[in-house]
Amino acid sequence: MSEHQGVSQKRWGHLRKVLERPGPFSHPDFEPSSEILDFIMTTCKLLVIGAGGLGCELLKDLALMGFKQIHVIDMDTIELSNLNRQFLFRQEDIGSSKAEVAASFINRKVKGCQVTPHFCKIQDYDETFYRQFHLVVCGLDSIVARRWINGMLISLLNYEDGTLDQTSIIPMIDGGTEGFKGHARVILPGVSACIDCTLDLYPPQITYPLCTIANTPRLPEHCIEYVKIIQWPKENPWGSLIDGDDPQHILWIYEKSLERSTQFNIVGVTYRLVQGVVKNIIPAVASTNAVIAAMCATEVFKLATSCCVPLNNYLVFNDVDGIYTYTFEAEKKENCLACSQIPQTLLIQDPEQMKLKNLLDVFCESAAYQMKNPGLTTYINGKNKTLYISTIKNIEEKTRENLTKTLLELGLQDGSEIMVADLTSPNVLSVRLKFASKNVDT
Amino acid sequence: MIKLFSLKQQKKDGESSPRSNNQKKATAAQLRITKDINELNLPKTCNTEFPDADDLLSFKLIICPDEGFYRTGRFVFSFKVGPNYPHEPPKVKCETQVYHPNIDQQGNVCLNILREDWKPVLTINSIVYGLQYLFLEPNPEDPLNKEAAEVLTSNRRLFEQNVQKAMRGGYVGGTYFDRCLK
Repeated sequence: MSEHQGVSQKRWGHLRKVLERPGPFSHPDFEPSSEILDFIMTTCKLLVIGAGGLGCELLKDLALMGFKQIHVIDMDTIELSNLNRQFLFRQEDIGSSKAEVAASFINRKVKGCQVTPHFCKIQDYDETFYRQFHLVVCGLDSIVARRWINGMLISLLNYEDGTLDQTSIIPMIDGGTEGFKGHARVILPGVSACIDCTLDLYPPQITYPLCTIANTPRLPEHCIEYVKIIQWPKENPWGSLIDGDDPQHILWIYEKSLERSTQFNIVGVTYRLVQGVVKNIIPAVASTNAVIAAMCATEVFKLATSCCVPLNNYLVFNDVDGIYTYTFEAEKKENCLACSQIPQTLLIQDPEQMKLKNLLDVFCESAAYQMKNPGLTTYINGKNKTLYISTIKNIEEKTRENLTKTLLELGLQDGSEIMVADLTSPNVLSVRLKFASKNVDT
Repeated sequence: MIKLFSLKQQKKDGESSPRSNNQKKATAAQLRITKDINELNLPKTCNTEFPDADDLLSFKLIICPDEGFYRTGRFVFSFKVGPNYPHEPPKVKCETQVYHPNIDQQGNVCLNILREDWKPVLTINSIVYGLQYLFLEPNPEDPLNKEAAEVLTSNRRLFEQNVQKAMRGGYVGGTYFDRCLK
């Protein structure tokens, strides 16, 4: 027993040095305590999104750091080309779920750690799933997925009369790599710059003018894009969309691209290039993943323990030529489509009597709004519903009948959010309806 | 600074910080398209059709040019707005077969702001004006339909006749065009 405890004491000795005594770098408000280690090991629940290059590193780092409740989500299966850097996978795992194999590897190797895998898309889960975590770490390769989880975490924020309830914040640590370059950033949804605030930082996908592709190709990529965009839909050899993972599809595109490149005297169309263009493959470097994941894991540790000041808030890393890092504070965008949407509360005195046209009058006539042609939409049962848009004839005709319906008849409830678009505001306004409770007479 | 440890120790299995109701929030793409649509200012030659009024992400634009080569024609474009809008442009296809230097038989449209020159500050309205402009000033410099472009540069009269022939329904060269008069 005592021997066992001794091993355990020793195992976490380094963490205890940081967590159980103050140091020159600790946060001014930090209160050293032995409970913090206990929190990490028993209570703190993490979600790792992506079990690929960054995900494998992250899981290893976090598990060895003492975090025990880790969930990992990834929709992909293991491919041969992953094995050089995604070290939780072996040859016999090819074709299996990344999340499942990674989880069982960690659970086998790191004593006491419980990784729960989720072999699905992040979009398959709703807010009840995401709300259970203290922190979310992302090792993603897509902007769409980043924006989705960003939007999800923002939607979990709770505002009481316009003030953010801090307990509803789930910090997001985002890592990303591309070859020898990478970034790590800390996002406190609703507090600091979010993914959508800094969308301009992401380079747009490389696109070529359609006419160049069609008539004056100069690059091997032009030939491949031609087959992809024009020839495939026309000839549709398998009667389906292009599947980048189907070797037959790639081979077909390769052969047709080669034909076209010969026709225009272009050299450089190879099978690998075709694969790269069709699947949008970005070269991956194992060491970059290791560096970025380590930075992200450190930030998770700092946020979970409050022992040090977290990264503020965006770090770029580049080791193409020597090593370069730079940290700056990405700024929150005032009119960010994702995180500036602080819902305003609108008190509805008589929800049973109030019709949509009365609500419209409020937006047009009340001094607080003074709108011109407000367009109203909402979400009902998770689906978008257009309540009324007057400026588009076709929609106006279809939604006119809503005007004479009461809010209740339209499916709106106490707490429902309405999106209001109008010329008078640069952004769509989010308005939360608050139904006056029926008072038994006073 | 946010102190997770002190604030959230109680958090277990999603039972904490309940929201007043379980509503889904609109995505950035959804918010932006709502704004775009509400402020759509169509020229009198254009009209929109929304098959499902609740789905603002997919709709059709009908252009009936009142001057130029394509006067009296009626051309339908389909718009599909993806989850990455406005970071990425909507996908626009021409559903009407048209004899036009910048539109091919599969409905691909060569308009710079639909691909390489798209910027998130552009709106659906910018695309509408861009498409309308294509019918007023077909551009033989950047052709998708090379034959049509060559005819336009070498013989404007013949081009005009070909456009008329195609819009009435019939063959131009070896290609058949469906009738698309207003």
